[in-house]
Amino acid sequence: MNALQKISDFFMTPAMKLIMIVAALLFPFVAGNEYQIYVMALAFVWAIAVYGMNIITGLCGQLNLAHGGFFAIGAYTLAILTVDHGWPFWWAFVAAGVSGALLGFLAGVVSLRLKEHYFAIFTLCVGFIIYLLIDKWEELTHGALGIINIPAPSGFGLVDFTETTPFYYLALVFMVLSIWLAARIANSLLGRSFRAIRISDELAASLGINLMRNKVLAFVLSTTYASVAGALYAGMVRFIGPAEADVVHTFDMITFLLVGGIGTLMGPLFGTLAITWLTQSLQFLEEYRMIVFGPLLVVLVIFFPRGVVGTFLTWRGRRLAAVQETAKKESASEKKPQPNKAVTPRNQEAGNHA
Amino acid sequence: MQQVLNGLTLGSIYGLVALGLTLVYGILHVPNFAHGALYMVGAYVSYVIMVDFGANYWLAMLGAAGAVALLAVLCERLVFNPLRHAPPIHDKIAAIGIMLFLEALVQMHWGAEFRRMPTPYTGIVEFAGLTMPAQRILIIVGAFSLMAVLHLFLKKTMTGSTIVAMAQNREGAFLVGIDANRVAMMTFAISGVLAAVGATLFAPINLVYPAMGHLLIMKAFVIIILGGMGSIPGAIVGGLIIGFAEAFGGFYISTDYKDIIAFALLVVILSIKPTGLFTKGVR
Repeated sequence: MNALQKISDFFMTPAMKLIMIVAALLFPFVAGNEYQIYVMALAFVWAIAVYGMNIITGLCGQLNLAHGGFFAIGAYTLAILTVDHGWPFWWAFVAAGVSGALLGFLAGVVSLRLKEHYFAIFTLCVGFIIYLLIDKWEELTHGALGIINIPAPSGFGLVDFTETTPFYYLALVFMVLSIWLAARIANSLLGRSFRAIRISDELAASLGINLMRNKVLAFVLSTTYASVAGALYAGMVRFIGPAEADVVHTFDMITFLLVGGIGTLMGPLFGTLAITWLTQSLQFLEEYRMIVFGPLLVVLVIFFPRGVVGTFLTWRGRRLAAVQETAKKESASEKKPQPNKAVTPRNQEAGNHA
Repeated sequence: MQQVLNGLTLGSIYGLVALGLTLVYGILHVPNFAHGALYMVGAYVSYVIMVDFGANYWLAMLGAAGAVALLAVLCERLVFNPLRHAPPIHDKIAAIGIMLFLEALVQMHWGAEFRRMPTPYTGIVEFAGLTMPAQRILIIVGAFSLMAVLHLFLKKTMTGSTIVAMAQNREGAFLVGIDANRVAMMTFAISGVLAAVGATLFAPINLVYPAMGHLLIMKAFVIIILGGMGSIPGAIVGGLIIGFAEAFGGFYISTDYKDIIAFALLVVILSIKPTGLFTKGVR
């Protein structure tokens, strides 16, 4: 076992999770300025939405192009309830999640009757309808003016979430919860059903998986993630406009997902953080980032369709398989049956979900 | 009656764009999200040829058609061809990548501002009590003659038949010795020409800006879903349906929500009949 192998093994251990969480907790203390903390918190919020997209697109294999729209629905539900109707923040926050789930259910029931390309195109249209409604329905959404003075999350007198650092921790908590839930889903029977549907509708149906129910469930889960992220976003930025529903955000999220690794557990987080910091460090990219992202998407799907995390896992899986192979040969040549401790198939499979 | 004319104008442009999209889909089963970007590039190329080089309108249209056809073939070679065995989700994402790239590139070079494309046909024709701007008549006549030429090309020439054969049955086409690469490149070139001509015809009564393809491509998708993906008559009929729906809807209901009509129509139709209006067989 060489050093590379050891490092790659280390990435799979529970200690790695702990290190990541500790690093995230310490980040505000090592960050150079408040702006960096702000960017990081914003990246966490986006990552939550990307985890939602990962459920429907990564696990279930349905390219949902309305995801940015549901992000905006969450943001607008929160903003309208708090600003126009005086609801307390957290009640409005729950309502935002519920409205994302309800509208997601309605959209899902109609759109998931369609397959593959039809579904992608249909959801693109759904996203556009959401945008147009937000832009034109002035009585409800304030139209192109947007909504200002959205209250920050209430800290019940204990914490002040208008400050950047407390909000950072709030976003972190929500993100860790999201990842935990995503991991639970991915490794459950439900997640396996989703993956079977991604591989083939017919296969899944022949295994007795109820296609429609599972797809709708995946869709509702993803839109709930998106609207919760949207509500957090509204509480953080405290000004929203129709641009929030722009399809560009959906494309951004696809980029995050694809760079990190579609269908993997840590891919969405990695992709979101990597791209966010890349665009931040190359400020001139902000406006023209698509000149880089566009070809990047093309190159990724052609050469690295599994993204950074996915490519790592594939590479590791191959290495482990090779190790296993040589171990087998050795034990065969020694004519002595040895328990093969290097790898068990169970290990490998667990690796695929990391 | 005025609305009929408007509907016909919109419908013929939508039909042209949807036709390019449906051809590519029929052959390669790729929903080319970049088609709207090709349309936009076509408009910019015509604009540059006319304004910066002072060339004639028709020459500009020809130049744009050539340039966009080349660009479309390049996309096919560099992107869609390597992805032909990939899962369907990949070429959709790649198409989105191309679209984002082209839009950002145009925006960087020409800026995001709206431009007005000049046209030599600014007159107004009065006929039977109707006033018709000459450009609108040009659009209708131009679009329908292009559709007729395309129809003749597909039905009467050998090369055209290979495209139809590929669309009908891939394996069968391979068996009779049709070169899939050539057909794919040709299809992309034709779709590029259709997009560029559509853009050059439509831009003078609309405006030229980097995001001009967005709405159009989505409507074109609605049209080919309505008309059945890969179906050529479906694209033309679907284009006219949406064109009329928008013209009348914009007039009788509200101009604010004019753009939503196409999508609302799609949602309603697909909720009732998930296979689209004119599709035969599965899906």
